[in-house]
Amino acid sequence: MTTTASTPTAAPTRRHTSDRATAENRLGLKLVAPAVALMLLVTAYPMLQALYLSLFRYRLTTPGEKRFVGLGNYVTALTDSLFWQDLFNTVVIMVVSVAVELVIGFAFAMVMHRIIVARGLMRTSILIPYGIITVVSAFAWQFAFSLNNGFINGWFQWLPWISPDTNWFGAHWPAMFAIIVSEIWKTTPFMALLLLAGLSQVSDDMLEAAQVDGATWWQRLYKVILPNMRAAIMVAVLFRALDAFRIFDNIFVMTKGAQGTESSSFLTYRQVIEQFQLGMGSALSVLLFLAVLLLAFLIVRLFRVDLAQARGEA
Amino acid sequence: MRGRSAAGIWAGFVLILVWCLLPVVWILSLSFKPVSETTVGSPHFLPETWTIQNYKDIIANPDFTRALFNSFGIALISTGLAVLFATFAAYAIARLEFRGKRLVLSLALAIAMFPVVSLVGPLFDMWRAIGLFNTWPGLIIPYMSFTLPLAIWTLSAFFREIPWEMEQAAQVDGATSWQAFRKVIVPLAAPGVFTAAILTFFFAWNEFVLAISLTSTTAARTVPAQLSYFVGPDPFNPPYSQLATASVVVTIPVVVIVLLFQRRIVAGLTSGAVKG
Repeated sequence: MTTTASTPTAAPTRRHTSDRATAENRLGLKLVAPAVALMLLVTAYPMLQALYLSLFRYRLTTPGEKRFVGLGNYVTALTDSLFWQDLFNTVVIMVVSVAVELVIGFAFAMVMHRIIVARGLMRTSILIPYGIITVVSAFAWQFAFSLNNGFINGWFQWLPWISPDTNWFGAHWPAMFAIIVSEIWKTTPFMALLLLAGLSQVSDDMLEAAQVDGATWWQRLYKVILPNMRAAIMVAVLFRALDAFRIFDNIFVMTKGAQGTESSSFLTYRQVIEQFQLGMGSALSVLLFLAVLLLAFLIVRLFRVDLAQARGEA
Repeated sequence: MRGRSAAGIWAGFVLILVWCLLPVVWILSLSFKPVSETTVGSPHFLPETWTIQNYKDIIANPDFTRALFNSFGIALISTGLAVLFATFAAYAIARLEFRGKRLVLSLALAIAMFPVVSLVGPLFDMWRAIGLFNTWPGLIIPYMSFTLPLAIWTLSAFFREIPWEMEQAAQVDGATSWQAFRKVIVPLAAPGVFTAAILTFFFAWNEFVLAISLTSTTAARTVPAQLSYFVGPDPFNPPYSQLATASVVVTIPVVVIVLLFQRRIVAGLTSGAVKG
């Protein structure tokens, strides 16, 4: 404001713009404040609470015996084979379902992109798995795989490893298979729609040029389509991988964690809600949170996902 | 070449329909099987005898109707509030320059990826302490927080596309600022807001982890949580046809919404994540 004296005419306009900017800044902050406060209230505060509780041996049924144990809960969790078994299950479910969805989802997107008639019917049917409750999907598939009431055994008994009395929920890998099928069925539409959006950004001119130059279908796919959809693919993989890592509903309904099909989320839930081990449960919550953070970081780094660029914000 | 790829597309089309709809047809078929048939074991896809008794039973089940009421109430209220707050935030992000804009977007993204189960313990503890455990607000508050990110991202993508100059143009033509907002901006923004509302509603309607952890009776238990309690003592031999019937009933609103608003849902899903 020292310039006011020397250039009296310029000052008001400058102050005007800066006032305006300040006002805009203030209005912006006011408008986002409620949303930010709500998001933090339910995530950041409880997470800090979990961090604190994780340092105690604290069982809700015997609250008087709350005792500080330092990092004891973490040591117990990390040295327990169950923790690693469940983490392994979670990673297997995540990797397999995302990989399969990527392939099926891409095929769906290709068909949806090319089809001219019955687009409405197609969209409707693809959105039904997306909108359906995960618990319902889990029931539908649990019953389909059921020994007494399912149709899978009857329909697929021509396959050498399936017979009318294959008990899908009687062993680890078949049960995992059923869980993964439900997960894939429910979430492929999401993947397909994100890929479809990416596919529609690949320019037809480029594809035609490639075709004129004699590129085969596979060459066009690998050299033109996929590289041009990279951003869309990465965003879809990131979202779905983090989503699949949190798998809970399907396991809860289909096996309740039996046959060693528990996931990390399920283990955390079981400690807190069924066993009331709030201290141990909190430690597992923190570990799960760190795992998700690490996973997000790895995916973003490894695949160099640029979300801002993918959304056109850069 | 043309003919072959057209045939391929048709084959793909049929395969997609079968893949997407088969499980839905399957629970529909199960819901018409008499309980006696599923108790004995009925590996056929279609019922041997058809009955609507399951539907009569499920509608007469007070626990189920109460859960349905809770689900509608909780999902609608959280959708309304989340979309309201998200609209403010998205307007600011799309139209105003302010410090911390990127921070808000990153926070929203981080929360969208947050492992919900991590919050079950602390929220369980907090809600019991302040009396929110097993109440509607006890679920509405976290549902709002977890749907805000999706709503903010979807809405800010929509708002960025709105030709805001039209507001000024209307004012130049003599409209008051309220009229300009009401007659020009609201109709342009409404589709985006509506889309965000549908996606938010789906989330709240679907949510299971918190619904099962933060409730203990039918006072606030929503349908997904209630369904998992129908299972009975033996998880490997549940009352198939009744569960299927309940599943069909809760899928009806989803199908109706999808049939009416499929275009909007697709636009909303893709605009939030990929440049479109």
